[in-house]
Amino acid sequence: MMSSGQPLLKTPLCDWHVEHGARMVEFAGWSMPVQYTSIIHEHLATRAACGIADISHMGRLRFEGPGAAVFLAELLTRRVGGLGLNQIRYSLVTNEQGGILDDVLVGYYHNAHGQPYYVMVVNASNRRKIVDWVDAHLPPERAEAPGEEVVWSDVTRLWAMFAIQGPRALDLLQPLVDVDLASMKYYNGAQVRILHPAAQRQGGIISRTGYTGEDGFELSVGASIARGVWEVVMEMGKPLGAVPTGIGARDTLRLEAGMPLYGHELSEATHPFQAGLGYTCYLTGYDFPGRDALKRLEKEPFESKLVGLELGGRRPARGDCPILAGDEPVGRTTSGTYSPTLQKPIALGYVRLDHAEPGTELAIDVRGRPAPARVVKLPFYRRRKGSNA
Amino acid sequence: MTPEQLLYAKTHEWVHVETDPSGAKIATVGLSAFALEVLTDLVYIELPEVGRQVEAGASFGEIESVKAVSDLFSPVDGEIVEVNPDAADGLDRLADDPYGAGWLVKIKITDESGLSELLDYAAYRKQCEEEMEEQG
Repeated sequence: MMSSGQPLLKTPLCDWHVEHGARMVEFAGWSMPVQYTSIIHEHLATRAACGIADISHMGRLRFEGPGAAVFLAELLTRRVGGLGLNQIRYSLVTNEQGGILDDVLVGYYHNAHGQPYYVMVVNASNRRKIVDWVDAHLPPERAEAPGEEVVWSDVTRLWAMFAIQGPRALDLLQPLVDVDLASMKYYNGAQVRILHPAAQRQGGIISRTGYTGEDGFELSVGASIARGVWEVVMEMGKPLGAVPTGIGARDTLRLEAGMPLYGHELSEATHPFQAGLGYTCYLTGYDFPGRDALKRLEKEPFESKLVGLELGGRRPARGDCPILAGDEPVGRTTSGTYSPTLQKPIALGYVRLDHAEPGTELAIDVRGRPAPARVVKLPFYRRRKGSNA
Repeated sequence: MTPEQLLYAKTHEWVHVETDPSGAKIATVGLSAFALEVLTDLVYIELPEVGRQVEAGASFGEIESVKAVSDLFSPVDGEIVEVNPDAADGLDRLADDPYGAGWLVKIKITDESGLSELLDYAAYRKQCEEEMEEQG
């Protein structure tokens, strides 16, 4: 957590947000737009057409050099050394006890000169922690080991990143890039040329990834051209019904999609199996921090697991509300909101295994009064699948 | 009612005081346009039962947006005598007429001394402008 009083970090689009009526809030040490018009409007526009969000606060760490693949394999729970060109994987960083330090995306690309590199996208709230963690595991003698050098840097401030999400995202972006987006698979990306003078001949990275439950893309461009490219994307998006979206809608969209948020569903006190993220843990092969602990935890029964809850009534639960079976506490919510798509309150939370089956009727203590809640299968919302996504 | 004719609590409730035929002072209370604009995306409101005693500065209900829950604070001491029956189902319409159809409760005032603590329109507007500054 940032101590208050420290000046907030600004993305390259901060002035644009303010000029366009965004309400700015502090988020993980950054000044970010929570909403431009209304969270519900921005949320529904993303589901119906396209939402465009500035996510330049997300931490980006870049790794290259002959030792980069093995170094990352020995840092992350999931094998990223075997990534093919332009592939992206969701992975965890765990501590020695198997607790989750962060959840990250790692992509493998070639630059314009054919040089390979990795980009690891980390949560804004964890960037400093992960930078320190990488430093601690990459002392100079390792980083400079002959033939296995690893060069890395935190490029967060150098690159802006936009999330362009929704059924019209592909149509919006295709004219701007020199790769065929329709044939780009989910969790793939590419280094691209941006076909507009606003990019000043600079390239970017585009990936078919997102945090909304929609088809969509994330586009990274250099900070110096960020505003120009953003304005082009906005202009091209207008006839398609695209709107700028703030971190308010980003949260309601990810919640409907059942996606965890670090600091809520994930923490150093949670292990991957409880969180339903066992699939990200490759416990044979490369040894990474926490692997032995995870091998043990995998076999141990655990008490509670992450579930989705739909509430009766209209009164939303938030994070950290007790979950009850009758009068007995059987868990705690981690996030909760009103779902604009389902038009009812939804929540995520950890519930004791004997009450975690979908269909189980429970209650959530919302500020002293119980609201009826039913365990449901995740995600709360699933888009109708198109051809490729 | 026009906003200029009303009194305001620092916590963004507006108040309009009338004398009923029995001579009792009745305060009609709602949320200011500024507050509704800041809240946006309202999804739930909890209003008290008729007959409940309320106290100036204490919570008498809550209003909830997609993002957060906020308390509603009573601007006066008294007893709830009427609750707007349309408020709960018309949350998205509160902001259309915050000083008319968007009223929330009527309170029979038991102690008028609290009224002098309330802000007039000019003072309230100034407070809102200061809050905007802090935000921006």
